[in-house]
Amino acid sequence: MDEKTIFDAIKETVIERTDANEDDIKMESTFRELGIDSLDTVELLMNLEDKLDVTIEVDRKLETVKDLVDFIAAL
Amino acid sequence: MENYRRVVVTGMGAISPVGKGVEENWKNLVDGVNGIDKITLFDTSDFKAKLDGEVKDFNPRDYMDKSDVLKSDRYAQFAIAAASEAVGMSGIIGNVDPERLAVYFGTGIGGMATFVKEHNTLIKRGPTRVSPFFVPMMIANMASGMISIRYNAQGPSMPAVTACASGTNAIGEAMRLIRHGYADAVITGGSEAAICECGVAGFINMQALSTADDRNSASLPFDRRRSGFVIAEGGAALILEEYEHAKKRNAKIYAELVGYGSTCDAYHITAPRSDAEGARRAMSQALSEANYDKEDSVYINAHGTGTPLNDKTETLAIKHALGEEEAKKAIISSTKSMTGHMLGAAGALEAIVSIKVLESGIIPPTINLLEHDEECDLDYAPLKAVKRDITLSLSNSLGFGGHNGCLAFRRI
Repeated sequence: MDEKTIFDAIKETVIERTDANEDDIKMESTFRELGIDSLDTVELLMNLEDKLDVTIEVDRKLETVKDLVDFIAAL
Repeated sequence: MENYRRVVVTGMGAISPVGKGVEENWKNLVDGVNGIDKITLFDTSDFKAKLDGEVKDFNPRDYMDKSDVLKSDRYAQFAIAAASEAVGMSGIIGNVDPERLAVYFGTGIGGMATFVKEHNTLIKRGPTRVSPFFVPMMIANMASGMISIRYNAQGPSMPAVTACASGTNAIGEAMRLIRHGYADAVITGGSEAAICECGVAGFINMQALSTADDRNSASLPFDRRRSGFVIAEGGAALILEEYEHAKKRNAKIYAELVGYGSTCDAYHITAPRSDAEGARRAMSQALSEANYDKEDSVYINAHGTGTPLNDKTETLAIKHALGEEEAKKAIISSTKSMTGHMLGAAGALEAIVSIKVLESGIIPPTINLLEHDEECDLDYAPLKAVKRDITLSLSNSLGFGGHNGCLAFRRI
């Protein structure tokens, strides 16, 4: 899956779940900066699984949007 | 109760089937506006009961940011809505030590709709799809927890979970916190949002709900035709504050909470004791703490659900608590005739009504009360609001489990 598709899906999900603006969400943004804590991340990943039709089992700490994009791209 | 610290009300908030905000609620209750209508929250085709009291056009975004909306049940959203109005009105934040600010907020059930939704997800999609927010959204203490977080209230924080008495018990227990020195102010009240398929089906099968089709002959407290309550939802909040604390900061004081009674029937899971002794004792405790005097002009916001048993038993409790003659002189109304039964939020909204009665000298009516019942033979302010100067205002709440609560307010 290409990075842009993944990034756009993440951006869409973050916007659905928080008051963040589209411009606030960049590859280098940390989830913490976006107001997403560890519980939010679990729900965010569930939403992404549905959007991207993949199974995501995270086995490492993902701090930035780029970390998550890379993780999903490597699946 | 001279030896205890005095407790006053310095803020109020309400969201109910008859309005958003205390002023709109009060105006509509005085005008006899009926908040009951068809259930819109789910398809009632297979349900015998088709009416409810819903909070109309509720948008939680008016009170919370998006992220909090997505991780809170509707019951907690109503609690936040009511608490934010009450806190704003009181001006308490910034004027109380956070460690001396408590939250006691009741709910009969908690996040029932969340429970049902996530259980459906479990069945349809398996355990990996149950929301990580399922537990925090559903638990009955989360309204208290979220209010504490929002207002940095670091004192005691707990729910009262005593079914239909939850709001009243939360307020009464909050009063004791202040009286006995454990807090200087408490954000208290109750909220409920249990109008979902499973909740309504359960209440129908208990034979607790009216199955009437006509919205003006469904919630019929003290009327001979009454056949059950109409389920409703909403939230209401009070700011209770220690009297000297409120005076020192020149807060507007709406009333003094002068008495509280709390008892259990210890008799049956849903039916009240036929001799009404549990409810009577709760009322007697509140009256005693309030230094009730036969000269008092008394208003009682009755629990008055419109179930056949409740209304006749409560009538008996009132007679036994006040004495037959004094009971006949008291004026009583059931605002559930207009709101339906907001369960764990009911006692909190009705406490506000009791305070507004003291303040205004206007008694909101029991609407649609047309047919006299010989077992309900007191003055229930039928059909239209009446004017009367009240010196002692009581609010009764009686919950499944046999929980009986009574609050008593006076002007200050």
